[in-house]
Amino acid sequence: MDLFVFLALLQDGITTGAIYLLLAIGLLIVFSVTRVIFVPQGDLLAFGTLTAGALQSGQLPGTLWLLDAVSAMALVASLSGGRRVALRGVLIWGVYPLAVTAAALILAPRQMPAVSILLALAIVTPMGPLIWRFAFRPVADASVLALLIVAMALHFVLIGLGLVFFGPEEATAPALTDGSFDLGVVNVSGQSLAVLLCCATLVLGLRWFFGATIHGKVLRAAASDRLGARLVGIDAAASGALAFGLASFIAALAGVLIGAVTPLSYDAGFDIGLKGFVAAIMGGLISYPMAAGGALLVGVLESLGSFWASAYREVIVFTLLIPILVWLSLRSGSPEDRA
Amino acid sequence: MTAERKRWLVVAVAIGGIVLIPAWLPEFYVTLFGYVGLATLVALGLVLLTGVSGQTSFGQASFVGLAAYATTLLTKLAHSPPIVGLAVGLAVTGTTAWLLGLVTARLSGHFLALVSVAWGISFYALFGTLPLLHGFNGIGDIPPLRIGPLFAESRRVNLGVIWGAVAIVMAMSASLLDSRMGRAIRTLNGARLIADSVGIDTARLSRAVFVIAALYAGIAGFLFAHFQRFISPTPFSLGASIDYLFMVIIGGVGSLWGAPVGAALVVVLRDQFNDWIPRITGRAGDFEALVFSVVVILLLQRAPEGLLPLLARLPRRHSPQGELTPDVVDAAPPLAEPANATAPGVELLALESISRNFGGLAANRDVSFAVHANEIVALIGPNGAGKTTLFNIVSGVLSPSAGHIRLFGAPADHLPSRRVAALGIARTFQHVKLLPDRSVLENIALGTHLSGRAGLLRAMLRLDRAEEAGLLAEARAQAVRVGFGETLDVPAGDLPLGQQRVVEVARALCLRPRLLLLDEPAAGLRLAEKQRLAALLRQLRAEGMGVLLVEHDMDFVMQLADRVVVMDFGQKIAEGPPERVQSDPAVQEAYLGGVA
Amino acid sequence: MTAPLLQLDGLRTGYGHVEVLHGVSLSVSQGQMVAIVGPNGAGKTTLMGAVMGLLPRRGGAVRYLDRAAGTTEALVAAGATLVPERRALFTDMSVEDNLQLGFYPRRRAGGRDMDSTMREVFAIFPRLQERRRQFAATLSGGERQMLALGRALMSRPRLLLLDEPSLGLAPSLVREIFRVLVDMRRRGLSILLVEQNVRAALQIADYGYVLEMGVVVTEGPSADLARAPRILETYLGQRRRDGWE
Repeated sequence: MDLFVFLALLQDGITTGAIYLLLAIGLLIVFSVTRVIFVPQGDLLAFGTLTAGALQSGQLPGTLWLLDAVSAMALVASLSGGRRVALRGVLIWGVYPLAVTAAALILAPRQMPAVSILLALAIVTPMGPLIWRFAFRPVADASVLALLIVAMALHFVLIGLGLVFFGPEEATAPALTDGSFDLGVVNVSGQSLAVLLCCATLVLGLRWFFGATIHGKVLRAAASDRLGARLVGIDAAASGALAFGLASFIAALAGVLIGAVTPLSYDAGFDIGLKGFVAAIMGGLISYPMAAGGALLVGVLESLGSFWASAYREVIVFTLLIPILVWLSLRSGSPEDRA
Repeated sequence: MTAERKRWLVVAVAIGGIVLIPAWLPEFYVTLFGYVGLATLVALGLVLLTGVSGQTSFGQASFVGLAAYATTLLTKLAHSPPIVGLAVGLAVTGTTAWLLGLVTARLSGHFLALVSVAWGISFYALFGTLPLLHGFNGIGDIPPLRIGPLFAESRRVNLGVIWGAVAIVMAMSASLLDSRMGRAIRTLNGARLIADSVGIDTARLSRAVFVIAALYAGIAGFLFAHFQRFISPTPFSLGASIDYLFMVIIGGVGSLWGAPVGAALVVVLRDQFNDWIPRITGRAGDFEALVFSVVVILLLQRAPEGLLPLLARLPRRHSPQGELTPDVVDAAPPLAEPANATAPGVELLALESISRNFGGLAANRDVSFAVHANEIVALIGPNGAGKTTLFNIVSGVLSPSAGHIRLFGAPADHLPSRRVAALGIARTFQHVKLLPDRSVLENIALGTHLSGRAGLLRAMLRLDRAEEAGLLAEARAQAVRVGFGETLDVPAGDLPLGQQRVVEVARALCLRPRLLLLDEPAAGLRLAEKQRLAALLRQLRAEGMGVLLVEHDMDFVMQLADRVVVMDFGQKIAEGPPERVQSDPAVQEAYLGGVA
Repeated sequence: MTAPLLQLDGLRTGYGHVEVLHGVSLSVSQGQMVAIVGPNGAGKTTLMGAVMGLLPRRGGAVRYLDRAAGTTEALVAAGATLVPERRALFTDMSVEDNLQLGFYPRRRAGGRDMDSTMREVFAIFPRLQERRRQFAATLSGGERQMLALGRALMSRPRLLLLDEPSLGLAPSLVREIFRVLVDMRRRGLSILLVEQNVRAALQIADYGYVLEMGVVVTEGPSADLARAPRILETYLGQRRRDGWE
């Protein structure tokens, strides 16, 4: 393998590593606030890709109708709350989906990449809070195992829906840019750069959100100490919804970004999500910088592995992970202590 | 009808069922019952692994696959008899599990789950890629099992064998859970402090349970290959592993009977959905998994504990088997006295300049004192003075940051808890640590762990009944000794706090300790109970035991203690006989508090 | 006569199948400081939990502002807050962030005076101002207690519940904290505190209750209670010889 190939593989690895990092961040946010391992995040990534792809080809994606249907359920549920709750419910679960649906109906036939991407984000992001509301909130205080099982079952629900909505074929999302340029020996693809740029922007954006805004601090507080959060009037359910919302936005964004480079099918998201989970575990489920390192490591390992023995690529990645995970676990102790 | 006769009746019915039902079942149901039986075997392993010992595995299907492929290769390609296939299959599965267990035994919660996903995916990919295994084309024409020349080869025979295996495995698992090792396994699930304090080797035990669960899956794999007579990687995927976990959770994660219930529910539901849903929607392969998963989620939301507790309204608590009635237990031979009698007044524990820091906080600073045989030393001081930290250091839960410990004259600075327990030092905890769903007797009997010898195999084959009777007799004796008057069969979590502390003391005494560490034993006790406890401690002191106790009840302490050590802010501020300490102005200041 | 700010009537509560409080009755009037003393295991922390809705109230009644007390969230919104025994600080956030979050209930109710409130809290606890950007995890025990108390004060509560405020603190710090409490009470804050430091607690409180094994065994104005032999017995056992005073 010469330098050229190595650098190309490295670029590939770093790009996918950035995606894994995004997913790891989403997982960490959800886990720290709710103790849920958000396994279906990968499936939402695939939804992002496929929704954008469908819109780009002028069709209305099934995820749009899913959003409408479940939003209606949420709307009905919120009407039984107080007046404030009902009002917010009408706005969030009534007006918003209607607006998005209308926009999709009008704009989808135009087949504009930017619109497809934005609409895909608008459609998939609310699914996070809806998943929280209907799948996890009813069992929010159950054992970690029960939460994990619900997460697994939800994964099968989502890929089942994915198959129905999008069929078994692979699809791509519209690229943000088709260009590429040469940087010395290696050919840097514009999309890869876009991925890294978006990743960096998101990371910086989240840092600002958590560090400087009250809502971000409220979320950090909910993750930091449950009792303390209750005593300052923080609503655990709302915090959970926000955490899931952030994670699903990240997943949708990651789907749109990676989906332009790699065609994805309805069930390809799980694998990606799993590697994001690995990266999160490498950070002990608490440390963002270590998760970043883990994400890059997984991305590069995978890239190199696929070059050398592509049939056994999965075997290599997951087998190599075992000793790494063991070493990390022995060093850091149980991550549950924190949650 | 005695418990003995009951058991024979169950066995007779089971044998009858296993022989007769396969003969009469309609053809279609043979397959279905077969799958339910196979799934039950794997699920039983998961009940032990995840339900009882708390280790979550998303990789059991890999073990099924390993054994299935092993027996296929041997019986089909090498033309070996199936029994060889079984032996090799189990050997391969067991060894793989043992190796994985070496690596994963110390992993907790999510790390373990993730590693199990990792090997699940790895093995599945391997099954699909190795040329020898024919990948996704699969291997067919696997010879079926035959029971002698009398029965024609048929799936019904295989079905009988499958359910025979289920019955045997279930009986063995029930026996295991009802034994000394079963008690120990229960402590692996979130109660490791208890396990360490009574000398259980948690790492080895976790590994052993892991291997057992893998072996059950291996048996299922062997039977599956000869039942279905065709294998491909598909049934050994991550999805299958997740299905097994569904079965266990839905059935009721901690109960053995939940395994067949859950297995039946999942297998039948999937089968029915595969049948009906395509008819309703006109599309095959699209909605079945989806609907099934939604059902699982709804079930878990309604019944997070599983269906079995709901359906049967069984209390989740279990008492030891009925045949160990009081008269049987009392008639059992008494346990041997420990060989290490203590010379009067000898030094049992010596602390020299012990310090312990947590980050910037000095929990203990330069603490020194000793405890001797025939002596009761009380450790007093306001909340936050560092008394429990000191206890944790002595009992091996924590290591000192500086200073030295001597136990029975020998250096013991960094001994782990279970070694400390094995030396003859027993303790209770400030926040009571019991298994709340288990009976009082079982909790006390945990303390007898080191007195028993019967391992996992003997427990599963019920060869340990005599020893078990002895252990339970010891537990009962200690319960009587601490004055525990209530019935021993109630769940320990139902007792008021004071009574729970007494149970902990009884458990500690089962270790036949030379040194007893009691952390607030009298808190929550009524006056008569305190007096009984004090009398017991005096008795133990006379017999040569040394006692170190933390207490806030000054009446209790002053009447009982030979010496009092007073701590405040991590340091020792006074030591001496009770009267002298009581009138020490520094002590009064520390306890009653300063002027505002 | 106005109804007391907080009223407990025969409160029962516990964990799982175990009942810890067997019918406790007490009251805190507007502007009063009430102390609950008693040995470990008496149920003092459990009492706080049940009042604030952190534990189920299984019997009897809790009334706040002459209405049945609701959930923790409702109580916090209505101006009752708790400083728990283990402080429950957001240890991975700064002092300033912790205080800002303490203001959150007021913010949700429309309050806009966060900056001036924080200035007031810093005036009470200058040491917190020195350390405003430090992470809460790096503070000493005493400073953490100050932060916990400061965070509670940020919401300008009407009723403050404190669980063992002197726990783990050096006597000088205890003096400081208690001085703050007396000052707050003078400014109209009603306080219910659970304390191990009997002498100090009864010195600053108006009224006291002695809790033992889940029931109130004696009560009275704190001056009387401080001299009652029962207190001494409860804490230090029977006298062996003279000379406690």
